Amino acid sequence: MSILVDKNTRVLTQGITGEYGKMHTLACRAYGTNVVAGVTPGKGGTDVEGIPVFDTVDGAVAETGANTTMIFVPAAFAADAVEEALDAGIELVVCITEGIPALDEVRMKHLVNAAGARMVGPNCPGVISPGEQCKVGIMPGDIHMAGSIGVVSRSGTLTYEAVWQLTELGLGQSTCIGIGGDPVIGTTHTDALALFQEDPQTEAIVMIGEIGGTAEEEAAQFVKEHVTKPVVGFVAGATAPPGKRMGHAGAIIAGGKGTAAEKKEAMRAAGIVVAESPADMGSAMQQALRTVGA
Amino acid sequence: MKLHEYQAKEQFRAVGLATPTGVVVTEAADAAKAYIQLEGDLAVVKAQIHAGGRGKAGGVKLVRSADEAQQVAESLLGKPLVTIQNAPDGTIVNQLLVEEGLPIEKEYYAAVVLDRQVETPVLMASAEGGMDIEEVAATNPDAILREPIDPTRGLSAFRARRLAFGLGVPKQLVRPFASTLMQLARVFLNTDASLVEVNPLVTTTDGRVVCLDGKLSLDDNALYRHKDLVALRDESEEDPTELRARKNGLSYVKLDGNIGCLVNGAGLAMATMDIIKHHGGEPANFLDVGGSASTEQVTTAFSIILEDPNVKGILVNIFGGIMRCDVVAQGVVDATKALGLEDPLVVRLHGTNMKEGKAILEQSGLKIVPADNMTDAAQKIVELTS
Repeated sequence: MSILVDKNTRVLTQGITGEYGKMHTLACRAYGTNVVAGVTPGKGGTDVEGIPVFDTVDGAVAETGANTTMIFVPAAFAADAVEEALDAGIELVVCITEGIPALDEVRMKHLVNAAGARMVGPNCPGVISPGEQCKVGIMPGDIHMAGSIGVVSRSGTLTYEAVWQLTELGLGQSTCIGIGGDPVIGTTHTDALALFQEDPQTEAIVMIGEIGGTAEEEAAQFVKEHVTKPVVGFVAGATAPPGKRMGHAGAIIAGGKGTAAEKKEAMRAAGIVVAESPADMGSAMQQALRTVGA
Repeated sequence: MKLHEYQAKEQFRAVGLATPTGVVVTEAADAAKAYIQLEGDLAVVKAQIHAGGRGKAGGVKLVRSADEAQQVAESLLGKPLVTIQNAPDGTIVNQLLVEEGLPIEKEYYAAVVLDRQVETPVLMASAEGGMDIEEVAATNPDAILREPIDPTRGLSAFRARRLAFGLGVPKQLVRPFASTLMQLARVFLNTDASLVEVNPLVTTTDGRVVCLDGKLSLDDNALYRHKDLVALRDESEEDPTELRARKNGLSYVKLDGNIGCLVNGAGLAMATMDIIKHHGGEPANFLDVGGSASTEQVTTAFSIILEDPNVKGILVNIFGGIMRCDVVAQGVVDATKALGLEDPLVVRLHGTNMKEGKAILEQSGLKIVPADNMTDAAQKIVELTS
């Protein structure tokens, strides 16, 4: 078991013939992911190292039974790509593309909700379930290890750092989700926590946030009310100045709100073990597991 | 990207919003001419800088004669205006907006922002115009009314009316007031804004609804489809180092410490700043080189970090997923040689081709201190710079 992606996931890549899309699609396949198709308008009928390429998503779905898409198309075309995937009945949209206009993201989110589908991202590294050998994203597969820790994070490389720390300590992962650093995203921290709570394989959860917005506070409240599994948290940006956007479109302390201190406080109040140093995310999990005697 | 007030008001007028009649001037003598041209007893001279808090800083002045307009213009032009938002250095005033004075009945506040919680743009309005909205939010949050905006259709008429009634706008002005709010929502959607703010939005004694002020910030991710607005960018308002970083595809924010940071990924870059502080140091900057930095980009990143005279050492923290460590290591070595870097340099590399990367650093003959993990890296650079 795992969440979102597993052995039965049938992946297609939108934007498979771009340099980036091709490289990562092949890395996913090498990891064990069942990549069944690619889509690039105008390149239908060709293939990428044996992966058939289609002109349209519905054509690819009809032919291959793909149920998940990984999107690499340029930011200007991402909203259209999401709409096309939803129209073709895709259940899970993993949108890697970064730099999408915020209003397009609002529209994407509304479309995903209306279709009853799920989106991870945009501007994210994707999802990986090591025990299922299924990776739908750009994360380095080899730092992961099969196990029972769920990881959810707004960041890319900081997630890799956390996963590596866990793996070094022998703490494998059920599923790791990078939810993306933009103001409007598909799957939120709270959504991911709900899925991990329901997943029998997941025994504990690492939740990594960053400054900006109130998603971490809402997630902490959810933990308090609904999560029975141990949760470890970290919030990046304690040293970030107010009013400045720190790389991610969503990482900004606005009007004194969205600080790391507030988020950590909300986490602690919900019983989450907060790592003060980003180097202590793995050891905080060890400590949390010891406390519950797991 | 931020626009000046006079540029924002051009966008306002384009959708039919009312603004005071005004003239932009860059010479004090022209301010006197503008006063005469406006034909009223009262005019307002407003410094055009991006920072907020201009009024309290003396950047907005009422004038009652052409001479006074000229004097005020002389006192502002070419000099730094220090507000609460751009302190301590302030911003040099290069342009003034001279506007007609209006017979104000009442001041309101209106803004459009993206509400992350409800995941849609919202129109926020309050009857406490002229006040700092953050102060109102803190002291009297119930005074701020909100309505969601459909990202395609805009602000519904009934929602706009509900806001107007809720703010206690006089009955005979509810219709123009509501249509003003709908037009502000339209500006937000048309320009892909991240903020539209009018403070104050006024009603006049002669029954008009006018945007007395105007603030417009644009979503940087959407600029590709607004070439006309990009042309309005005022680069003199930007920090020169941050500007150079942006032009090189790097995300850089200057801070007050002395340890420069070069990291891949925004989250890890923030975490790197945090761990420096955690071990007693002070980060000099945020710098994300992105997911696929080339040797040239690493060199540019180093030179940007070193533009800051406070920097006494640099910490490189790369967790290579996509990035190969050997490429980064070569970039670090090349940059160190090219720039003649003498400050302490601690490098933590992890990921693809890690061993090859470390070997390149060791064989370079440079005084590069390798680190095994983030704690090790932070402790070493703090020790070397203290």
